[in-house]
Amino acid sequence: MSVLVYIENTAGKFKKSSFEIISYANAISKKLNMPLVALSIGNVAADELQKAAEYGASKILNANDAKLSVANPQAYATAIAQAAKSENAKVIVMTAGFSGKCIAPRVAVKLDAGLAENVVDLPVMDGSFVVKKGAFSGKAFAMVEVISDCKVVSVLPNSYKVVSSPVQAQVVPFATTFNDKDFTSSITEVVRATDKVSLPDAELVVSAGRGMKGPENWGMIEELAEAIGAATACSKPVSDAGWRPHSEHVGQTGIAISPNLYIAVGISGAIQHLAGVSSSKVIVVINKDPEAPFFKAADYGILGDAFEVVPELIKAAKAFKASQN
Amino acid sequence: MKILVCISSVPDTTAKINFSADNKEFVSAGVTFILNPYDEIALSKAVDLAAQNNGTVTVINVGDASTEAVIRKALAIGANDGVRVNSIPKDSYFVARQIADYVSKNPFDIILCGRESSDYNGSGMPVMLAEMLNIPCLLFAKSLTLNGNTATLDCEIEGGKEVVSTPFPFVAGASEGMAEWKIPNMRGIMSARTKPLTVVEPIAVDQKIKNLSFDKPAQRSSVKMIPAENVSKLFEMIREEKKII
Repeated sequence: MSVLVYIENTAGKFKKSSFEIISYANAISKKLNMPLVALSIGNVAADELQKAAEYGASKILNANDAKLSVANPQAYATAIAQAAKSENAKVIVMTAGFSGKCIAPRVAVKLDAGLAENVVDLPVMDGSFVVKKGAFSGKAFAMVEVISDCKVVSVLPNSYKVVSSPVQAQVVPFATTFNDKDFTSSITEVVRATDKVSLPDAELVVSAGRGMKGPENWGMIEELAEAIGAATACSKPVSDAGWRPHSEHVGQTGIAISPNLYIAVGISGAIQHLAGVSSSKVIVVINKDPEAPFFKAADYGILGDAFEVVPELIKAAKAFKASQN
Repeated sequence: MKILVCISSVPDTTAKINFSADNKEFVSAGVTFILNPYDEIALSKAVDLAAQNNGTVTVINVGDASTEAVIRKALAIGANDGVRVNSIPKDSYFVARQIADYVSKNPFDIILCGRESSDYNGSGMPVMLAEMLNIPCLLFAKSLTLNGNTATLDCEIEGGKEVVSTPFPFVAGASEGMAEWKIPNMRGIMSARTKPLTVVEPIAVDQKIKNLSFDKPAQRSSVKMIPAENVSKLFEMIREEKKII
């Protein structure tokens, strides 16, 4: 029996969220007294693969069939389910990102396993297996018991700390036997903004709302984000008005995020917006309306005009960064 | 062209969420239920596609009789007929099994869902359904165009998007941007009353997960206000007090 963690890479490099879930799976494997096996899919160099050992994986499966060089969820799910069977995995851990959400439910069906998605903390494992997961768009958490013998858990990025736990590991090639329907759909183009921090993974987020008055004023938001190395986001009215792309919309009907720091500029804080950002660890709200409901959900509040406060914050951020170097 | 849209009934996005005293159950009293906003995007797209391709739109929901209001709303927006699987939806696996069973007896060219439901925020159902039917699932789809029996979709991925093409049949999860929300007109509302709504009984499904209880996020301690002219040390203050940057 084992615990299997599927670790995603982008262009051959493991993401921070991958190290988070190896650490998460390592804690489960210690509690259940089962070895931790990591599975990497796609083309990843040997020294990068070894990084999984720094967080506790004693065996690293390398599924780098040429057919897996494109991230096709059906083929990836086939590879993960086969690895789970060959390792007799009882718990399979993945990241609850865009990619993981397309794969984990397939793996659960293939293995006849219960699926717990968007998990935010380690399971309680005293005979049963109970996880805490987000529900009602961040307005609540649900405690869910996975009662099947085999369990698939997908963990939200930024909800578990990377914990160093070095072990000796062997890297083992893993060959996948595909199903004939695995390659029914084909990816014809991938467009990735490599210079930007991806929103769901971001540790720091600068977000702005209608208080910015128009898309032409977003330069200062981007400058502030860049100064502290944050991703940019926006409220629903802003993406609805076409000022910013839908992919930046955070909130109940947009992306739910849990960064370490969320800076909201000119966002009043409607319940639907709060739902998507309430699991941020620290919230800073800048608004000129003292009655803005967002102040009640914030850790720090700055009452003032965004057009005066943000330039000052940019200076403060640059000075802070400079003092860190 | 036959299009199926899977819909769910969820608490209104502005609703305050409350639980019973033992935190075991969601209290639905006083809460308005609506068509899941993402499902509404999927439905709007389906109605457009059917109009352009001489097709039909069926909506399917797994729920008790109380969800019929939401099915009628979908019929008012433009679906041709509705199906209700007569059971409380226990979890995404249960719902996927019910719909997979219906689709295996009544095939469709395109199956559209919302990319997630706004109650449990699961996006598992569409993907499980596709796996059970052994067909592709394009989740987080921002656009969908047809060319004969092939669909091309723009899907969100980490830090960007990918363009995917797939033959029929397939499942897609609609994200914002796939279609404009449609507001039912009076004619639609009137005709929805007489459109067919079939009730089918659920199949038996093994339970794999069990909801035990709910819990609300911890309240933040009261906000610390910083004078606007005094923000130069904000980041130092956050580092000192919160140790997160």
